[in-house]
Amino acid sequence: MPTTSPELLDQLASVSLPTADEEIWRYSRIGELDLTRYVPGSVVTTVDGPDDLVVAALDTAGLDERLTDAADVFAELNDAFMAPLTIRVPRHRVVEAPIVVTHVVAGGLDASGAAGVVFPRLVVEAGEASSVTVVERFVSGTPGPALVVPVLQVQAAQAARVEYLAADELGTDVWKIGHQRALGDRDSTTLLASVALGAAYGRVRTEARLVGQGGTTRQVAIYFAADEQMHDFRTIQDHDAPHTSSDLLFKGAVQDTARSVYTGLIRIREHARGTAAFQTNRTLTLSEGAWAESVPNLDIRTNDVSCSHASTVGPIDDDQRFYLESRGVPPEVAERLVVLGFFDEVIEQLPAGAVAAELRRAVADKLHVEAVAR
Amino acid sequence: MSTLEIIGLRAGITGKEIVRGIDLSVSSGEVHAIMGPNGAGKSTLSGVLMGKPGYEVLAGSATLDGVDLLALPAWQRAQAGLHLVMQYPTEVPGVRVHDVLAEALAAGGRDTGGLDDRIRAEAARIGFDERFLDRALNVDLSGGEKKRNETLQLAVLEPKIAILDELDSGLDIDALRACARRVEDLSNERAMGVLVITHYSRLLAELRPDHVHILVKGRIVASGGPELADELEEVGYAAYTAGDEVEPPAARSALDDLFAL
Repeated sequence: MPTTSPELLDQLASVSLPTADEEIWRYSRIGELDLTRYVPGSVVTTVDGPDDLVVAALDTAGLDERLTDAADVFAELNDAFMAPLTIRVPRHRVVEAPIVVTHVVAGGLDASGAAGVVFPRLVVEAGEASSVTVVERFVSGTPGPALVVPVLQVQAAQAARVEYLAADELGTDVWKIGHQRALGDRDSTTLLASVALGAAYGRVRTEARLVGQGGTTRQVAIYFAADEQMHDFRTIQDHDAPHTSSDLLFKGAVQDTARSVYTGLIRIREHARGTAAFQTNRTLTLSEGAWAESVPNLDIRTNDVSCSHASTVGPIDDDQRFYLESRGVPPEVAERLVVLGFFDEVIEQLPAGAVAAELRRAVADKLHVEAVAR
Repeated sequence: MSTLEIIGLRAGITGKEIVRGIDLSVSSGEVHAIMGPNGAGKSTLSGVLMGKPGYEVLAGSATLDGVDLLALPAWQRAQAGLHLVMQYPTEVPGVRVHDVLAEALAAGGRDTGGLDDRIRAEAARIGFDERFLDRALNVDLSGGEKKRNETLQLAVLEPKIAILDELDSGLDIDALRACARRVEDLSNERAMGVLVITHYSRLLAELRPDHVHILVKGRIVASGGPELADELEEVGYAAYTAGDEVEPPAARSALDDLFAL
């Protein structure tokens, strides 16, 4: 799915990037991004799922415009140069097995020292009372830098159920700036899950908006950054209809000199009475040089709500560590147990349970002993 | 035959001396009870012996079969054969009792074959509901269940010497009896040495000590046989603290009050 190179090059040269002075980009690494250092890149996308539901084209005919208007310059670029894929589930259709979409991104520099930029687009449109689980994996096919700018659009019609998992397994010199939007109609259920282990700088902005009474949305994430990596999450739980509920649980860890930022907003609009919204973010700092920030925000415009948020950033609890060590467990093993146990609460909630064992192994492999030498 | 040998141990926390010179020897198959009022230094003693962070050793030694415990990190003290049953067992989310026991045994080069069966057998023996085995350690467990969980781990790990820190706090009489009997069996059948630290003699009705020591203000002020616990029950700690030196008021602080009788 090649993009039209000359046009894209012109765009990359002329686009005006936001700065970290803007609230939405606060704490981000946007200031380090120079789009002129990128050229059209290569991504190979494969799909494992029913042929009749998936098309390698953009099909937005049935999508609400609240889902499709571009949110920022990256979404605009994606609009213009996307490699699209649409999953459309007809009404009452229940898709049992998860549909797995895998993007293999080519890394590396060309002769002029430029890296490739790619714009994957995934649309999931779930018809009335349908049910589907989608896993979207981002992996690096060849080592080296690249820029991935994915956009996800999920629309759940009345009583539809959509479970989505984004797995970022990109190489650690790849940048990713992603945008996800989900719109849930009456009595729909959406789950937007994220597992971020890869990328040099991996940012995902997720907006889950409930526009029909009785809609429910959940967001969960695991992130684990090491060395120089940085993970950056922006979430919005947007209640745009009465009697809607949302829940969010993001758990992460940073080790070495890695960084993470979580900024979450619960927005409850005037007419969204009888709403419940919860948000929890916890980050473990596993090394002295690691840094994490957690910024919860509330924007509540009606009284009839049940709302809470909690956030913590800190090292592994000394008492937990001592408890395990006092049984004869060596420090590095105690740390592994505590960190895996910390993530388990989220792993249990991920769609496509089969990935759990693989995930635990990936997290365990990433942990190293140096982190406990305190 | 194993021996935990404590000689002239002085220790404290942030510059305050709490354990002020303790000599004690606990050997295989013996049950020693250390009894004392609040603030006598009971928990400090158990924490210092196991290597809990935050305590400072000021003088003295503690060895297990000649191994200098105080020079080792906590996990190696456990591997040397010391075990602490905690007064308030810590909740460890996402970690099951099987995980910690498997790792502890493996780290000591011990056999983990049939571990699951052993855990289930121990659970049945002390009336620990099997449902709790799949829960995270101490998460959503009652006081009695936590102590049963502690006792289960003790029984699987089979240490040479066990320290029970206020085993009797926060649990009902059934749980107390089940845990105490299991410890007594380990003492009789496996010759485990036991150091019971307790405020009340309630536990000692279930777990009969061979030796009783009374700890007041960081020092052992009396030692004797099981009759000493009975005597204490009658006269209370006041009889042992009456002649104690009184600190001048100027030296007292809020912290002192906290640790005073």
